Amino acid sequence: MAIDTSLAAELRGLDALDTPLERPAVAGRLWSQLWPKLAAIAIFVGMWQIVVWMGLKPRYVLPGPATAFGEFAHQLTQSSFWHATGVTVTRGIIGFLIASVIGLALGVAVARFGVLRAAIGSLITGLQTMPSIAWFPLAILLFQLSEAAILFVILIGAVPSIANGVISGVDYVPTTLVRAGRNIGARGLALYRHVILPAALPSIVSGLKQGWAFAWRSLLAGELIVAIANRPSLGAFLANSRELGEPSYMLALMIAILLIGVIVDSAFSAADVRMRRRRGVGGLTS
Amino acid sequence: MTAALEHQVHEEEPHLSEAAGGGPQDAVVLDGVTKRYATGTLALDGIDLRVARGEFVCFVGASGCGKSTLLNIISNLDQATSGSVSVVGHPALMFQEHALMPWLSALDNVALPMRLAGVPKGKRLERAQALLASVHLGDIADKRPHELSGGMRQRVALARTLATEAPVLLMDEPFGALDAMTRDLLHDELESVWRARGLTVLFVTHNVREAVRLADRVILLSSRPGRVVQEYRIDVPRPRRLEDPAVGQATAQITAALRKEVARHGD
Repeated sequence: MAIDTSLAAELRGLDALDTPLERPAVAGRLWSQLWPKLAAIAIFVGMWQIVVWMGLKPRYVLPGPATAFGEFAHQLTQSSFWHATGVTVTRGIIGFLIASVIGLALGVAVARFGVLRAAIGSLITGLQTMPSIAWFPLAILLFQLSEAAILFVILIGAVPSIANGVISGVDYVPTTLVRAGRNIGARGLALYRHVILPAALPSIVSGLKQGWAFAWRSLLAGELIVAIANRPSLGAFLANSRELGEPSYMLALMIAILLIGVIVDSAFSAADVRMRRRRGVGGLTS
Repeated sequence: MTAALEHQVHEEEPHLSEAAGGGPQDAVVLDGVTKRYATGTLALDGIDLRVARGEFVCFVGASGCGKSTLLNIISNLDQATSGSVSVVGHPALMFQEHALMPWLSALDNVALPMRLAGVPKGKRLERAQALLASVHLGDIADKRPHELSGGMRQRVALARTLATEAPVLLMDEPFGALDAMTRDLLHDELESVWRARGLTVLFVTHNVREAVRLADRVILLSSRPGRVVQEYRIDVPRPRRLEDPAVGQATAQITAALRKEVARHGD
């Protein structure tokens, strides 16, 4: 017993000395994240304004930032704008969720079975390089001017990125974790559920993030081309604004589209940073 | 001094085939275990071994003696080309790398084997907490692996292997990456866990002194292919210390035999 109490004391001392010191909380971390973004926006808007002042294009073609943001603010008060935004965002979310389910299943299947990898591994990467707009003629032939045509192109755009994220994540799971997992009783599906997929999560999240970007791009391209009657959307409004010759309205819509993209991307980034911090990995800037 | 040495270290002939078969008191019985890789390399050549329940056996040998292959075969992660293996229960493995799940807290890591075995949440967390306390880590349950020192991670890994309730513990150089002070304390820790739980331990190491410090029996393996060269029974009374003269003498004797074995490969 005397030995055990002295061992306990020695271990306590060693643990106290060896434990990595906690990093001091960075004061005003929010501000340090925020100011570079604000500065970048200020520089961009400034350059825009300078181009407008130089008079390279007439004002009725390229309005200045003040006009565009003014129109954007005006649109925020319009119910038609919110309705269109709702339609577009809903399409994006539904398409992305379906793409996620298919991409995760496809990724796990390809990572798991050598035959599948040999058969469609490089096809998946190849699909990623194909511009989504090139799919629309076929999609319209198959599904006419319908929601299904848009969804089809979203899936074609997003699924390969998501599947690739899963495949590379699973490929890079450390073998010691798999050995340890098997040894403590994780087999078959349980090995995927408790060891392989959590270990691959950082790569899966970056695949999802990229998948969202592809989905959003395909969606907007689709809405420009596939105009569905009585379904106002940001893309359809954008096409209208060109036809009606309303560049400030067009720019306001573009600001909205960009803003939604940035907000979703920040959500993915926040999840990524949180995950990395929990695991204590990577990131020179976190 | 020679007399004292003979008292502490009994050389035994390598086990012959009559050693196989095994009685109810044996935890691990290997009979003519041979491993040949697909490339044709012979990694293990006719290993016969009996380890009694509650025995602490250390394997020493130079590189290429197939120590890790041997543990993989005993734990069923790898298959022998020929020969038979019989083990009590499903043995738990511990590696030089802690192999803890980096996304789980220390407590959840220790609870994972029980979660996989279907133990209800409340019960498994309570038992995991008790296991952490048994390796003197009761107050770091919420920490994640990256927040712990190397020695603490290995103790969490030890607690996790204990959570499997395996009667046989296979350890592949578990303290190889630790500093000397930490390793010294973990020897004490492992020894106390081994005695308290009546575990059977098969422990692989490059470090002969560590083997003598811990083992009831040290088995010297040859390299390429791995064969049992010699066994040494270590009778130095416990608790032992690395710096005990008797430990030093046994270490010197086994090291001399190991060096002779290594020199053979230079011819």
